[in-house]
Amino acid sequence: MNAPTLSKDWKVPVWVDVGAVTDIPRRGARRVPSPRGDIAIFRTGDGEVFALMDACPHKGGPLSQGIVHGRAVACPLHNWSIDLASGEPMGADKGKGCTPVVPLEVRDGRLLLSLPVGLDVHG
Amino acid sequence: MIKEKLVVIGNGMAGCRAVEEVLKRDPDRYEIAIFGTEPRVNYNRIMLSPVLAGEKSFADIVINDEAWYADNAITLHAGRAVTAVDLEGRKVVAEGGLEVAYDKLILATGSDPFRLPLPGIDLKGVVTFRDLDDVEAMVAASGKPGARAVVIGGGLLGLEAAYGLARRGMAATVVHLMDVLMERQLDESAGFLLREALAERGVETVMGAHSEEIVGESGRVTGLKLKDGRVLPCDLLVMAVGIKPNAALARNAGLAVNRGVIVDDAMRTSDPAVFAVGECAEHRGNCYGLVAPIWDMCRSLAESMTDGEGAYEGSVLSTRLKVSGVDVFSAGKFSGGEGCEDIVFRDAGRGVYKRVVIEDGKVAGAVLFGDAADGNWYFDLMRAGTCVTDIRETLIFGQAITEGLAGLDPNAAVAAMPDTQEICGCNGVCKGSIVSAITTQGLTTLDDVKAVTKASASCGSCTPLVEQVLKLTLGDGFKEQTGPKSMCKCTHRPHSDVRTAILEYDLKSMPAVMQAMEWTTPDGCSSCRPALNYYLLCAWPSEYRDDKQSRYINERVHANIQKDGTYSVVPRMWGGMTTPDELRAIADVADKFAIPAVKVTGGQRIDLLGVKKDDLPAVWADLNAAGMVSGHAYAKGLRTVKTCVGSDWCRFGTQDSTGLGIRLEKFLWGSWAPAKVKLAVSGCPRNCAEATCKDFGVVCVDSGYEIHIGGAAGLHIQGTKVLTHVASEDEAVWVIAAAMQLYREEGWYLERVYKWMVRVGLETIQAKVTDPVQRKALYDRFVFSQRFARIDPWAERVAGRHTEEFTPMSRRMEFVPA
Repeated sequence: MNAPTLSKDWKVPVWVDVGAVTDIPRRGARRVPSPRGDIAIFRTGDGEVFALMDACPHKGGPLSQGIVHGRAVACPLHNWSIDLASGEPMGADKGKGCTPVVPLEVRDGRLLLSLPVGLDVHG
Repeated sequence: MIKEKLVVIGNGMAGCRAVEEVLKRDPDRYEIAIFGTEPRVNYNRIMLSPVLAGEKSFADIVINDEAWYADNAITLHAGRAVTAVDLEGRKVVAEGGLEVAYDKLILATGSDPFRLPLPGIDLKGVVTFRDLDDVEAMVAASGKPGARAVVIGGGLLGLEAAYGLARRGMAATVVHLMDVLMERQLDESAGFLLREALAERGVETVMGAHSEEIVGESGRVTGLKLKDGRVLPCDLLVMAVGIKPNAALARNAGLAVNRGVIVDDAMRTSDPAVFAVGECAEHRGNCYGLVAPIWDMCRSLAESMTDGEGAYEGSVLSTRLKVSGVDVFSAGKFSGGEGCEDIVFRDAGRGVYKRVVIEDGKVAGAVLFGDAADGNWYFDLMRAGTCVTDIRETLIFGQAITEGLAGLDPNAAVAAMPDTQEICGCNGVCKGSIVSAITTQGLTTLDDVKAVTKASASCGSCTPLVEQVLKLTLGDGFKEQTGPKSMCKCTHRPHSDVRTAILEYDLKSMPAVMQAMEWTTPDGCSSCRPALNYYLLCAWPSEYRDDKQSRYINERVHANIQKDGTYSVVPRMWGGMTTPDELRAIADVADKFAIPAVKVTGGQRIDLLGVKKDDLPAVWADLNAAGMVSGHAYAKGLRTVKTCVGSDWCRFGTQDSTGLGIRLEKFLWGSWAPAKVKLAVSGCPRNCAEATCKDFGVVCVDSGYEIHIGGAAGLHIQGTKVLTHVASEDEAVWVIAAAMQLYREEGWYLERVYKWMVRVGLETIQAKVTDPVQRKALYDRFVFSQRFARIDPWAERVAGRHTEEFTPMSRRMEFVPA
């Protein structure tokens, strides 16, 4: 997982508690609005959690609305499969852009998000 | 020579093994005294489960009997707890004031079961599962006829306790906080199989259960109350929610203690004369609760205490469940992780599920259910970090098959086999029988061989071998298996097989289908899950619970997603008819929610485009209030029934086409189907409602109703075929409902009516829906299914169903500086 970048203004990365792991259904996702666009947090069938900006690298489709399968999500607009760990399209669409990964930590079952500088939907 | 004095606090698995390891290295070095709080000799604590189950006796699980203590001149202070350690004076103080001096001290105090701080915890009949006294208390409780037990905790220990109690004749129920049993060792698929296997053995499981209070009467437990208000009655309550290192003695003595007693790689504590091993020790931040690490630690400890230098580096863990007839094994990253790849094997016949996780060409973890024979092999490969790239193809079939083929060109290996060599162990088929079946009966595919010889028809582990035999025998004539297309990459089964099996084997959940049909992935993909969800819903309308995570977004949120992530909302207008009040309500909603576009659709409806997801429930509430329900414009199911004005207004109208359209729509709405279903009813052959390019169409004629099927006007343009002609409106409704049900039962997911019709043949459909008996049966099944389907999904969500779907998880990130 990417370590959050430190901004000039912040001495430490700001981690924000956005809820419990169990607030997300298995094989599901939830949205968290942020000043830089919605963030999607996913939970896989195996119980792993991931956070990506909520925009497919293809046409910006909201990935939080897709079907989570294995460690990937199928974009609801055109069915691109996006790797939840890297934000990269998989299969035939590999190499065509990347959705930024949002730093996420799990502490005692709680989800903490951070917004490092330079993280952008159009990254 | 004067012996050094060694005192061991703890007469359990760790303490005695430590002594054994020391004696093995230097039998004469120490004068040994062991303190134990239990008034008995050293026994194998992990075998308490079989003792509870009545499968072993206490005598069977004694590791060291009294003779061992005597032979090695060990003084055993059994049933005598040590109350203090004096590090300065190098002595321990026990109950009754006994003081014993030491040169070296080993702390092996183990752990204590964790007790949830619930009201009622002190009631009689509330026990933990740690030592023989607990087992004896449980066995005593099970003696009462009709006694019931509740076990809190669906981990290894809790399940073994529940199984043991069930074996003793108690009705046992496990309540587990999480949604998967043994979630720290098992993935969902294995957890599902385990629940089924336990149910067969009389152990019920309640998942996602928050315990609130232990209830009792006159000081005895009578039940467990859950947060949702349920009370599970019981005469015995076992708490098996985990353990905590027993480090109080060390802490009071002034040793460095965190969760456990902190030790270095030589198992030395912060005092060089004091060592700690087992569950009370904390090494590199880890406390262990399994037996294998204890053995590792004891070896290092013994090295250190006999002038060597112990170098314990931590343990890699594996787990086995001790429930008779249920083989469960788990190790390492059993549920994968970044950069990992899964190999999954299922054998429905034997109830086997295996998942091996590969990372960087090495085994990173495994979870095995139903056949754990190869657990140790995978575990060894994992710990040794062996590269498995070369054996990847056969890895999942286990050690015997993999090593049987090792280093050999598989072709050569099979060619070298004698005809008498058994290939399929399950069905006892040897190579010669397969070869002769292929040559004499002209078999060309694996399925042929399976059908004729039964080879590879059971567990499937010999499939690669049978294929080799086919290849060798046929030479160039061998073709890779072809046949009906498989549903998706998770399975080789075609849609029809899966639909048949769901009914034939009573498969009522997605994990059940995946196991029975031998899916090769742990939990399916975005193609098969929506299909399975539909097939199950269609087969078991009253029982199956829709899985919303297996729905495409539009069906999950009951609206149509647009390119910008907003949604469109289409209220139902029965038969395309509306009223001024409805139109006013639609206009008000468009104004109130600043909906940017309002459009008339091809199906005679009004589409509100650009609605924000968060607004959907409020938009629906207003439309509901005006009497409108979901138009299902997003559904793989009944969409619209388009009509013309028919005999009500039109001078050419032969029948009441509008009335029939409304009747059909009110009957069919809410039904799910393999793909979208559009209808139209035209009042005369001029066909203004364009009924001849719909999935089902009705063209009214003077003599009655022409029923049409299989039209399309999208990607493909295709006119309908005439299904039949009926005289009355009632018959028209019966035929269409029967045809709809037939399509629902036979269609492959995403296969439109016209494609299904071509696949099965119009005549077949005609035969079924015109035969009065078959039509009635289809019609009745449709009516039954509609009892659970004609519910407005908008109203349900306005009333609060799935609110989490429409609200952000948190708004706290909005205040983070951009």
